[in-house]
Amino acid sequence: MCRLALKTADIPFSPYEVLTGMEAMQEGYDGSGLGLLLRGVSFEDYKYKKEEQIILSGIAHTEQAFNRLQRLMEERGFEQDYDHRFKVNADLVEAKDRYQYIVRVYNKPDGLTTEELEERLMQTRLFLRKNGEEHGNDLTIFSFWSDVVTIKEVGWPLQVGDALGLNDDRIKARVVMAQGRQNTNYGINLYACHPFFIQGIATMTNGENSAFVPIKEWLEGKKIPGYMGYQSDSEVFAHILHYVTKKLGLPLAAYKHVITPLKTEELNAHPQGDFLKGLRTACRRLIIDGPNAIIGTLPDETCMLAMDAKKLRPATVGGRPGAWAIASEMCGVEALVPDRDPSLDFQPMREHTVIIPPERKELQIWSQFDQFTLSQAA
Amino acid sequence: MVSVRSVYTQPSSLTYSDLPWIIEHREDRCTLCGQCTAVCPKQAIYLTYRRQRVPKLDILKKKRGNDYRHFVGIRQNTEVDKMCIGCGMCSSVCPNEAIGPVPNQNEHRSRFHMDQKGDSWKRGGRRNAPGKTILDRISFGRISMLTDPALDAGRHEFSTNTILGRVLPPEEFLRRKASGEWIPPTREIFPFVIGSMSFGALSPNMWLGLLQGVAYCNEVLGIPVVMATGEGGCPPWVLKSPFLKYIILQIASGYFGWDEIIRAIPDMQCDPAAIEIKYGQGAKPGDGGLLMWFKVSKLIARLRGVPEGVDLPSPPVHQTLYSIEESVMKMIQTMSMAFNFRVPVYPKISGSTSAKSVLNNLVRNPYAGALLIDGIDGGTGAAYNVSMDATGHPIASNLRECYQELVAQGRQNEIPLFAAGGVGKNGNVTQNGMALIMLGASGVHIGKYIMQACAGCLGNEMGRCNVCNVGICPKGITSQNEKLFRRLDPDDVAQRVADTFSSIKTEMKKIMAPLGRSQSLPIGMSDALGIDDADAAKRLGIKYAC
Ligand code: SF4
Ligand code: SF4
Repeated sequence: MCRLALKTADIPFSPYEVLTGMEAMQEGYDGSGLGLLLRGVSFEDYKYKKEEQIILSGIAHTEQAFNRLQRLMEERGFEQDYDHRFKVNADLVEAKDRYQYIVRVYNKPDGLTTEELEERLMQTRLFLRKNGEEHGNDLTIFSFWSDVVTIKEVGWPLQVGDALGLNDDRIKARVVMAQGRQNTNYGINLYACHPFFIQGIATMTNGENSAFVPIKEWLEGKKIPGYMGYQSDSEVFAHILHYVTKKLGLPLAAYKHVITPLKTEELNAHPQGDFLKGLRTACRRLIIDGPNAIIGTLPDETCMLAMDAKKLRPATVGGRPGAWAIASEMCGVEALVPDRDPSLDFQPMREHTVIIPPERKELQIWSQFDQFTLSQAA
Repeated sequence: MVSVRSVYTQPSSLTYSDLPWIIEHREDRCTLCGQCTAVCPKQAIYLTYRRQRVPKLDILKKKRGNDYRHFVGIRQNTEVDKMCIGCGMCSSVCPNEAIGPVPNQNEHRSRFHMDQKGDSWKRGGRRNAPGKTILDRISFGRISMLTDPALDAGRHEFSTNTILGRVLPPEEFLRRKASGEWIPPTREIFPFVIGSMSFGALSPNMWLGLLQGVAYCNEVLGIPVVMATGEGGCPPWVLKSPFLKYIILQIASGYFGWDEIIRAIPDMQCDPAAIEIKYGQGAKPGDGGLLMWFKVSKLIARLRGVPEGVDLPSPPVHQTLYSIEESVMKMIQTMSMAFNFRVPVYPKISGSTSAKSVLNNLVRNPYAGALLIDGIDGGTGAAYNVSMDATGHPIASNLRECYQELVAQGRQNEIPLFAAGGVGKNGNVTQNGMALIMLGASGVHIGKYIMQACAGCLGNEMGRCNVCNVGICPKGITSQNEKLFRRLDPDDVAQRVADTFSSIKTEMKKIMAPLGRSQSLPIGMSDALGIDDADAAKRLGIKYAC
């Protein structure tokens, strides 16, 4: 079973901190891989401007791939402003075909509306990914978005952190998500490693998604660009979150109602039972069957945690105003925010979604039985 | 001495050893109580007088002579229309275990003579195809031993219901909800539906038993079972009762019984579960329904608005409708409107190569509530032997193709697909049904299984019984003759309906738990399926497992 950790804090911190949190939970994973997603990024030697710049993350496995990437980005009109160089200790990296880890900052292209830009960024990411696949997988692209850095590598998390020199404080972030373990249900593949990313939305999951195939088939059938890949059964959680919030325009609280709707008897007594029953019917192909704990972040640095309807996976959230942590185990939370009141740690049950808003003042614990705050639902 | 030439034979003279079932009668045990001959609905056996010559030799009188003894015996009829059907009612009533049918191991000469008076052989619906079906061979194999704790079928909560009715794409649902537009009606039902068997095909006691059982499942056990009526209407008291909500009313090409239904609309306390428009039947595509005259009793005649004792064939097609597009437009919309757009309306078609085109038509019609596809193994009414055995499409691949068509369009389950035709044919009802669900069905219809499990129907695929069409059902299930249907106690049927659905539900959990599914029915979860036949696996798009 994999272990997850997320920390969100007002003051940017080193991703290495989260890796030590992972180490506290080391008995729960086999250390076959690490996935990291950073948001609210700051570089030691570069002033990154979120409003004006976007970040590309990935791996070039050969020099040709690296040069091709350079060329392709230029051709597509992206102007590079900064190239982050990790101090790589190659001896600690298991895989031997890593020519260059890519974290590069580009200037946002001008004259595009937000929507056009978001579309353009995703299309570019998909194009690069496809290009890599066409060249014998010599190029892996994780994310291309403003303010998001994604790092994925095979190996024991702490060792990967050492290999990339993540403890040198050259890169920091306000939100860091980490998952320890490669996807093991299907083949080992860097794309199959959590967290999954689409248009600023990222999730990682602890567990297995039994309803994967029907959900995947439905999402693919929607023909929405970006709903592809699916090397991992957990990738659909990110896409469902994207679909619910971006395509359907529903609030974050609706996510849980889509993936784990309440039973008919429960909805009969719910203040918006009628709407929710209709939503359940319309979205019934997106019902997940767990067991899963889903941890996600949104572009505005909101963090969330939700459980499947059986609550068969562990997850705890704890912290204090200004710094919060979500982890699979209490020791993980303890390692990430030691100066909190542990008696206030919270373990969500099947009906809960825990939301940490961007202000990070307090947790919102939202229950599915609560009134739904949606004008059209009233 | 009788000369050989005077033995009277005609072209279709048969001996009892030419028939599929041979009565074994042990005269040494028989007390000639006459119960067997009285109970036999086929008159396949009869009590008869025989004369036996008793040779007499009086030695003292030095005279030889004959004497004759008369006695009563039981004999088997050798006429084709009275041949034994192997139902075994005789043995079940015999107090002395003196009689019973045995299957004839020889070939059946009677097959060559079943077309007497120029009429081809018709039977109650069972295809002459014994043995495992493709559905029986599917196994459920996606059991995660890696990270998934197996669920406990006994303790976890499982949601085993399905949706009947048009499901909108989420975007469209939200748009219509916001603007207050019409949202197609849906029903949450149990995925095993009692399929269409008409009031006419079934005896009043059987119908009452089923209805009671269904009501019990819904109201006491909380299993939302629904049953379909088949063509021929619905008893008026049911139409005006609160039980109507458990009933799918069928309208077929003969429109039998619909006068009554339409007239009852103002008095209905609730809406029916759905309206099923029958375009075709799996067991006899190209044939309409056929209620043979034997079963058109006074009650049935009144309900259907026809004279007593006449054959009631429905046309094979809806005579007023030229094409499926037109059918969809006219019938589905009209029926929706008749019930004020509050009731799902869906067509039932025979499994066929055109099923996909029909489906695509329905997908584009906002009023179509579902599609029921009936495969070749289905059917309980009167059907020509040749249709049942040789015309039609097996359900598994047909359904799968249709589902995959929807998947390709990203519209799976918007039109819920229901499958029928041989589900539970060999008794594996839950396994068969769940296999179809994982192949993409939202639910299945079962008919024969219900007759067998809940009413003790004796018919099988090897020519046992299957006289449902001629109204002499030895169990009283499909007979309108009150001497026969009084044999069936509706309360007992109801009890068995409740038993059957409770155990189907338990078995569903036993299948869902190891797959880790509990929150929703595993519709389209084809990664869980395996079959021991590489070609079938390829055709169905599932794993080959051996
Ligand atoms: S088995 Fe049935 S049909 Fe045959 S003789 Fe006995 S009662 Fe009659
Ligand atoms: S028992 Fe009745 S219903 Fe069953 S096959 Fe025989 S005649 Fe038909």
